[in-house]
Amino acid sequence: MEAVIDFVNALVLVLNFVVVPGLSYGSQLALGALGITLIFGILRFANFAHGDTMAFGTMVTILVTWWLQSKGVNLGPLPTALLALPAGILLTILLLVVTDKTVYRYYRHRKAVPVTFMIASMGVMFMTNGIVRFVIGPNDQRFDDGERFIVHARDFKDMTGLSEGLSIKVSQGLTIVIAVMLVVLLFWFLQRTRTGKAMRAYSDNEDLALLSGVDPDRVVLVTWIIVAILATIAGTLYGLDKSFKPFTYLQLLLPMFAAAIVGGIGNPVGAILGGYVIAFSEVMVTYAYKKVFIYLLPQSLEPEGLLQLLSTDYKFAVSFVILVLVLLVRPTGILRGKVL
Amino acid sequence: MSNARKTWLAFSAIALLLLVIGFAQSWNVSLGILNLCLISAVMALGVNMQWGYAGLLNVGVMGFAALGGVSAVLVSQAPVVEAWDASWGRLLIAAICFIATVAVALLCYRRLPRGRTRSLALTLTIVAGLALTRLFLDPAISSIEAIEPAKTGFLGGMGLPIILSWLFGGLVAAGIAWCIGKVALGLRADYLAIATLGISEIIIAVLKNEDWLTRGVKNVTGLSRPVPYEIDLQSSTWFIDFIRWLYDGTLSGLDAAAQQEALKQFVIDGSSIFVKFCYTGLFAAVLLVVLLLSVRALNSPWGRMMRAIRDNEIAAGAMGKDVTRRHLEIFVIGSAVIGIAGAMLTTLDGQFTPTSYQPLRYTFLIWVMVIVGGSGNNMGSVLGGFLIWLVWIEAEPVGVWLMQVGTGWLDEGNILRLHLIENAQHMRLFFMGLVLLLVLRFSPGGILPEVVGRRK
Repeated sequence: MEAVIDFVNALVLVLNFVVVPGLSYGSQLALGALGITLIFGILRFANFAHGDTMAFGTMVTILVTWWLQSKGVNLGPLPTALLALPAGILLTILLLVVTDKTVYRYYRHRKAVPVTFMIASMGVMFMTNGIVRFVIGPNDQRFDDGERFIVHARDFKDMTGLSEGLSIKVSQGLTIVIAVMLVVLLFWFLQRTRTGKAMRAYSDNEDLALLSGVDPDRVVLVTWIIVAILATIAGTLYGLDKSFKPFTYLQLLLPMFAAAIVGGIGNPVGAILGGYVIAFSEVMVTYAYKKVFIYLLPQSLEPEGLLQLLSTDYKFAVSFVILVLVLLVRPTGILRGKVL
Repeated sequence: MSNARKTWLAFSAIALLLLVIGFAQSWNVSLGILNLCLISAVMALGVNMQWGYAGLLNVGVMGFAALGGVSAVLVSQAPVVEAWDASWGRLLIAAICFIATVAVALLCYRRLPRGRTRSLALTLTIVAGLALTRLFLDPAISSIEAIEPAKTGFLGGMGLPIILSWLFGGLVAAGIAWCIGKVALGLRADYLAIATLGISEIIIAVLKNEDWLTRGVKNVTGLSRPVPYEIDLQSSTWFIDFIRWLYDGTLSGLDAAAQQEALKQFVIDGSSIFVKFCYTGLFAAVLLVVLLLSVRALNSPWGRMMRAIRDNEIAAGAMGKDVTRRHLEIFVIGSAVIGIAGAMLTTLDGQFTPTSYQPLRYTFLIWVMVIVGGSGNNMGSVLGGFLIWLVWIEAEPVGVWLMQVGTGWLDEGNILRLHLIENAQHMRLFFMGLVLLLVLRFSPGGILPEVVGRRK
């Protein structure tokens, strides 16, 4: 009996510190990587401005959230930010469509090489970053409210009588639920609607799609709109879960790129898979397993060190190493990339 | 307008701006900006080699600059003898373990046939080897970090003159670039960009966390200098005599007591300007050497081959050029130049602070310099380095001033006005992006475009 309880305790520990954070962080990365992969599939370039697009959408959402909070509007147990999301999405759509019309369209019509697009996206990154810092400043901002936990560690302990607690934050639960809903919607859109099919055709073979009467401007416009929705929601969920800081969003670029490439760039299913692969590797490699082994092993074999493979500051290294491994072993990504 | 005339015009304009800053603000500020302009120009030359000559998209400039920075520490700091005494045995074993791991892994990779056996052998070797290395490295690290953590807590450096670190920084950056190039070159352009972006973040993470090597976020301050200290200058007779001779006209009109007082002030101001001026000389010398070599290289058969590879890899390959090797070559050389600039920067700062390395400042700003100046043109990169740095620095006071004037109709304590003035400094990022996009769109070759074809 003792052994069984120890085993359950170890399981709860892993659930609490690895599975739940991994799932929510993975969902956030997956949504971000979906945006990157859509841009790559349709517009055929790696968008360096994506992290700052997320920051922009989140910033608008935060500002509207603060305004709503000051008016006394709230959603009870859920964060008010959910009410503010549509405003954030709308303004982000506006931003992306304006940048497309003023920057990217010119190069698209000239059939410029992808590298030119990429350098242009660096310029857009600078400008968006400047706007975000100008409006909201470079510091940490908190905007979460409502209930904090779905399952509280103490309640869980009281309920089960275990010595380890399991806590699930509202933001984590929300992230997973919203991510699943969004992904289902996106796939329904891509597989079943005319526009979605046109997007897939355009991504698969541009010339053939044009010959079949697909309107390229419309496909591009719809892509930017979808990217804006995904980016704003991903950014807001990340901000609710951790906190909002413009610089952190710039740094998210690397794991998101890694997720998109690992899964197979241009492939939406791959982006989701890649998001979870990256997130779980980051969390698992940087978690200290000492307590888990204390439960699992007999006392005489108790480990001395923390049993942490890498310190948490090396999480970038994790996404990068996976990226390099995949590029070396299977350059197309886990799922074959480059088709929507 | 021809490139030569544009070059003269642009550099005269920059010289004029620096003179205006010198007269209007102070010579200290003006020389300070000039020094960083020189370093930026060297860095931009490095990026230009990779991008302008060979079309390699290196978005990891920050990482190589930081490698140069850390070599300034490793060369100039005095070695911490106690730390070495406490740990050298374990360190040696750890190093041997690490090298053996790499060697065995490489051997497995080369000798075994592709397949499951090879993957398994590789994984096993790497996991076991790293575990073994850490078994010796971990206690060594804790024994090093235990020694006077507030003052040292790291291995220290070699205790050599810091100017050697410029060379050493270039070598370290070149070495790491070789390893990265072996793995990442041959990827498509966008993958290479993302890979280098990742590598630079990892380099910074290592420098922040490996306290035993770099002191990490505790920083290393008080690095030695290749130029005299202000305080020594102020007490040396030749310098005081020099200042007296320089300000002879002003001083002779005063009475004895006032003369003493004025001279003292002149010596204090003069010493810091003199130090900055020494740096300017050193940096300008490095820039000239690098520039001269770059121009020679670009106009040599080797340079023509590089441009041929850039413009059409397949055709160049068909002509018998080893594209991957040439790419590796230019990647290593360009990174070495960035490393040299990084070491110069840390030398100028007199301290090594890993947290100060930010991608916008150290990677993307350098890119703006190269694109705006003119990719593929060495003079263009130097010009871009000067111009963009000047704009980057002066945009801050100008932006704040503009905001103050622009919001003049609001009253002093207005929240909107305070917010605008406080955040005006961030508008320079916006401005830089705008400049980059405008140049890319309306003058894709930059201010000084690449010179193509034979001169008449």
